[in-house]
Amino acid sequence: MRKKEMLSMLLAGGQGSRLGILTSGKAKPGVSFGGKYKIIDFPLSNCINSGVSTVGILTQYQPLILNQHIGIGIPWDLDRRNGGVTMLAPHAKTGEKGEWYSGTANAIFQNIDYIDANDPEYVLILSGDHIYKMDYSKMLDYHKKNKCDVTIAVLEVSMEEASRFGIMNADEHDKIYEFEEKPEHPKSNLASMGIYIFTWDKLREALIEDNKIHADSDFGKHIIPKMLGEGKTLYAYRFKDYWKDVGTIESYWQANMELIQTLPEFNLYEDFWKIYTQNNHQPPQYTGSTGSVKTSLISDGCEIYGTVENSVISANVVIEEGAIVRGSIIMENCVIGKNSVIDRCIIDQNTIVGENVVMGVGDNVANEDKPKIYNTGITVIGSDTTIPSNVTIGKNCVVSGKAESKDFNGNTLASGKSIIVEEVVL
Amino acid sequence: MKAIGLILAGGQSDRLKELCDVRATAAMPVGSSYRAIDFTLSNMSNSGINKVAVITQYNSRSLHDHLSSAKWWDLGRKQGGLFVFTPFLSKDNSYWFRGTADSIYQNITFLKRSNEPYVIITGGDTIYKMDYQDIINYHIDKNADITIVCKDIKNTDMDPHDFGILECDENMRMTDFEEKPVDTPASTLASLGIYVIKRTLLIKLLETINAEDRYDFVRDIITRYRKKLKIFGYCFDGYWKTINSITNYFNANMDFLNRDVRNIFIKEKPYIETKPKDEPPAKYNSGAEVKNALIGSGSIINGYVSNSVLFRKVFASDGSSINKSIIMEGSTIGKDCNIEYAIIDKEVVISDGKNVIGQPDNPIVISKGTVL
Repeated sequence: MRKKEMLSMLLAGGQGSRLGILTSGKAKPGVSFGGKYKIIDFPLSNCINSGVSTVGILTQYQPLILNQHIGIGIPWDLDRRNGGVTMLAPHAKTGEKGEWYSGTANAIFQNIDYIDANDPEYVLILSGDHIYKMDYSKMLDYHKKNKCDVTIAVLEVSMEEASRFGIMNADEHDKIYEFEEKPEHPKSNLASMGIYIFTWDKLREALIEDNKIHADSDFGKHIIPKMLGEGKTLYAYRFKDYWKDVGTIESYWQANMELIQTLPEFNLYEDFWKIYTQNNHQPPQYTGSTGSVKTSLISDGCEIYGTVENSVISANVVIEEGAIVRGSIIMENCVIGKNSVIDRCIIDQNTIVGENVVMGVGDNVANEDKPKIYNTGITVIGSDTTIPSNVTIGKNCVVSGKAESKDFNGNTLASGKSIIVEEVVL
Repeated sequence: MKAIGLILAGGQSDRLKELCDVRATAAMPVGSSYRAIDFTLSNMSNSGINKVAVITQYNSRSLHDHLSSAKWWDLGRKQGGLFVFTPFLSKDNSYWFRGTADSIYQNITFLKRSNEPYVIITGGDTIYKMDYQDIINYHIDKNADITIVCKDIKNTDMDPHDFGILECDENMRMTDFEEKPVDTPASTLASLGIYVIKRTLLIKLLETINAEDRYDFVRDIITRYRKKLKIFGYCFDGYWKTINSITNYFNANMDFLNRDVRNIFIKEKPYIETKPKDEPPAKYNSGAEVKNALIGSGSIINGYVSNSVLFRKVFASDGSSINKSIIMEGSTIGKDCNIEYAIIDKEVVISDGKNVIGQPDNPIVISKGTVL
């Protein structure tokens, strides 16, 4: 059997708490993006398009949606006899109690057996929460050409932004001599994208040694500085294309809105680098005679009887007659009732909005409970939520759960207020 | 009850003209994202029939492409699964399929090696949703030799002269059968070409008629044995459309603009499955004006589209107007074009300013790959 050259480990266990209610029931890689996709589809599709057909997905926080979404990997052609996709959740081990994944490198450390069983020469470490297209095989060529122990994909950011990232200080050949995590006074603008290629035996050794020192072993904090200190060969691999971190409500909304431009920077319409997703049932999309759609993405199975402008609509959404949706993101299986007006909102999946609802009006008052998360005017409605008819909802609001008219004081939810209806478990 | 499915997808239809030059009717694109055979294949797997043979002959490349994997219909199985049969040369046979019965006879090993008691035989080019288990149960209840699914075409636009017409007694036992009658038909029960028969009986009949050099299922089994066998009619009153002519094909697609029809095939479970193409969502740009239309994924719309069915990856430029038309996958409509009553096949390019206008009762057809 041919030896596996490179195996990929995709870190998909993080919550992404700055996405607020969107990640309350699912890990960040499971959040919808660009209409029909989920965030994890981008790195997964990059893997298969780069010829990396053995992928371990490390899950921890709320994995149900990811497990359902990925299954045995059919949409990504990752249903393989040899390799393919494997979901790797934290697990108990003989003689000791089970442990959570306490850090990025610790998660890989706990799955050394999985990697050894596949016996790769190189291991690609990815995180499941960025939007980009990248040919990892080119990065591997670079890694081999420079005889690296580690190659770190980097993005050139502005000097002002640099202090928010892990920064690589490199010589004129892009050989890294120093790594600084979120430096106050950055010396370079090469920001780590959290994408690494390691020569497996070098990484294996480092993981085992570091685990003896740090119980929460992390690539940025421990493994990279350790390997640099030991005089290993580390190179920065410059990535010049589109790459988006969608970590906050505002950046998530912005990245979606960029896709509706006439010529978006990020092109989903290429034939030779397709993004795959779970979509076995692919009905067409219908726009009715009362409908009007402009500057928007509309996914499979939607029925549009109302007006949609500057919005991204996921699969199987129904927008009833007279409803107006502007500058919003509506996720799969939602229904927007007759004559409701939705402005600059994000509505998570399976949510039913009643008739004559007005959403996203009023002053821009930051959310009272979580002002750091909801402060740019975008109102966010959680998944599986019901919004009763005839209510008005302001800006920076959060509504989640089966809300009823009585939950709305005088049919109005002022800007910055929240309604969270806990599910009653009988 | 366990059954095997036989889909006879070998046919072409001269009445579909250029559209069938490049594909079998079973591979005709329908309803913006399907091919005709998806409906029958999905009916099979949705009815719990896990062993299905598709028999092809005419122009089967695009059908083979579509059936390249059985997993989309949940037919990628060790027990059963999807079989695709084409004519082949052997020591004692060098014929093409000489008829529908012959196409099954030439694959009789498939029937003999199976152990499912019943066989359901259908075509592959009609649009309907049906639970075949209901027919098998009916077949068992009636203790029938053969059950023919039929439809009462009174008050429909279906022409009785295009169908086999059943005469049945009050128990639905068939008393007579006439294929495509020239005179006024004796009844309004039209055969839909869907049959249930016991596997062992089918093997026996096929061997008998083959020995007599007879090759047609309808002529040499149904018509010839109409009095000898216990044949029953099973009335189906759901949506059923054939796509055997340009007009029928056009109308069947336009039916998908009707919410009730979409509910049957798109909204209500069980779903009709097709081979995924992984196109991004449909993109409406600022000049888009879409009224009463189906838009396939991956399409980019800049102009006016109404009362039309657009398949995947259609590009409609600004200033163009598309009305009452079908535009298949990958076609490009240039600027300031006027398209009306047209069926535009795959990968066609209509240059800027060109008009393509057909008649309401006779849509114009632009063949695959044309650059106009």
